[in-house]
Amino acid sequence: MGRPEFAYLHLSACSGCEISFLDNYERLIEMMDMVDFKYMTILMDATEIPEVDIVFIDGAACLQSKESMEALRTARKNARYLVAWGGCSSTATINSFSRGGQMPQPQHESFPAISKLVKVDAFVPGCPPGPEMAYRIINAFVKGDTDYLKYLTSEGMGGFSCGCDLLSRIIGNSLCIGCGTCAFSCPTRAITMPLGRPSINWDRCVKCGACYAGCPRSFQPLDLMNRMMEEL
Amino acid sequence: MTYENFGRYRSLVTAKSTELDIGLVAQDGGVVTGLLCHALKTGEIDGAVLTQKLDSGWMPAQYVATTREEILGGAGSIYALSPSVFQLKDAVREYALENVAYVGLPCQVVAVRKMQLYPFGGRFVGDRVRLVIGIFCSENFPIEGLRNIVEGYGNMPLEEADRIYLSGGKVMIEGESTAGVPIKKAALYAQDGDHVCPDLTAEYADISVGSTGSEPGWNTVFVRTGRGEKLFNSAVAEGLIETGDIEAVKPGPSALQKLAKTKKTTAQSNIKKRDQLGLFVTKNMYY
Repeated sequence: MGRPEFAYLHLSACSGCEISFLDNYERLIEMMDMVDFKYMTILMDATEIPEVDIVFIDGAACLQSKESMEALRTARKNARYLVAWGGCSSTATINSFSRGGQMPQPQHESFPAISKLVKVDAFVPGCPPGPEMAYRIINAFVKGDTDYLKYLTSEGMGGFSCGCDLLSRIIGNSLCIGCGTCAFSCPTRAITMPLGRPSINWDRCVKCGACYAGCPRSFQPLDLMNRMMEEL
Repeated sequence: MTYENFGRYRSLVTAKSTELDIGLVAQDGGVVTGLLCHALKTGEIDGAVLTQKLDSGWMPAQYVATTREEILGGAGSIYALSPSVFQLKDAVREYALENVAYVGLPCQVVAVRKMQLYPFGGRFVGDRVRLVIGIFCSENFPIEGLRNIVEGYGNMPLEEADRIYLSGGKVMIEGESTAGVPIKKAALYAQDGDHVCPDLTAEYADISVGSTGSEPGWNTVFVRTGRGEKLFNSAVAEGLIETGDIEAVKPGPSALQKLAKTKKTTAQSNIKKRDQLGLFVTKNMYY
């Protein structure tokens, strides 16, 4: 059996997630050994999304764009495992602020998180997620490491997200321990920690979901931490 | 002897720093400060994210230490929330450190491990965290909670407290006078998130350090990982850390084990209660 086949679909987003993916630098070569890259427009000249084992989707699909809706549906149909790579596909991120009216396509106004349109197997919030995440997901997929992937499938990782999650789901359930990881995870430095609790600058929050995903109290990957302790 | 409720560890000893300048500023045995200084000198790390007192009001300040003097400035415990995981980003981005040490409480150690495994934000920081030292913790307080304990129960302005430590079931406050507040009373001001935490001895750190179990002026030390072992052994070999058989000292590990077990059973029952109330509790919270 050959290597698992891989595709990367880029929808409406800034390309930061593609860059983050490529920022694995020399490890990208290793990733290319782990999976067979079949489709990724930034790297190769391929125009049709082929049938693959795993697809990364970055960006939100615009409801008013026939092309992007078709691309998303084809990707889902052709892939066994679909990863919502980055905030725009997992949580819609700044696409949530869109209300249309801009040139050259003023009718383009709705950019929901892709989980509203297709079934997503793994959510990777972050704006962008760290390059290491791409490496680890591909590695886990190839090795069948479901312990790693399972936390990305559920645990509230997908769907609409913002700094509010910290207030409602973490502090609201009296789980916050004031560690500062949310502030660490925030790409726009929208979170500060006065008196040991997150305070969110709503004008800076891009709703990527990294703060909640990174919070040690949203999920605690115990079996992986145990494994890690053996390796360190 | 083997013990339960301490997580996995390779060795458990009582230890203290042999360096005079560290002994002067240490909370107990100065092992954390001693290990950091040693790791900095040998090049194992090029800096550390630590917490120190911002002012006489005991407000915790998080900072990146890159010299021995700066590391010494972080000696001593502060019983208030210090969101220092954030400063790991500064250590790597602003200070361009390649090998960073982190010192934090058990929950913060877990946060760093999770961040290393799932870097949703803070790209390329996780792999640069070379060493994680955990401090024993039964519970922690918001800064104003600490003020209530010291001023309300201890009858002393927080600003006048020079040293705060735990001893004999009491929060001891030393300033111009001395006061002792029973931990049970102080615990009323603990942050609620601690009540589901099962971890007293920082089970996921490379090295965990505390005082319970050892004699005054000494630390109880768990060496947990290969990295931790290498550093600890080399500090001992150079005579910077003096170790002793913890089985031979009073109160010894059994006292610590009792506390660790209590923290676990309390956490377990609190998790259950919250579940019954329909509150969200982190999956796999208990370990």
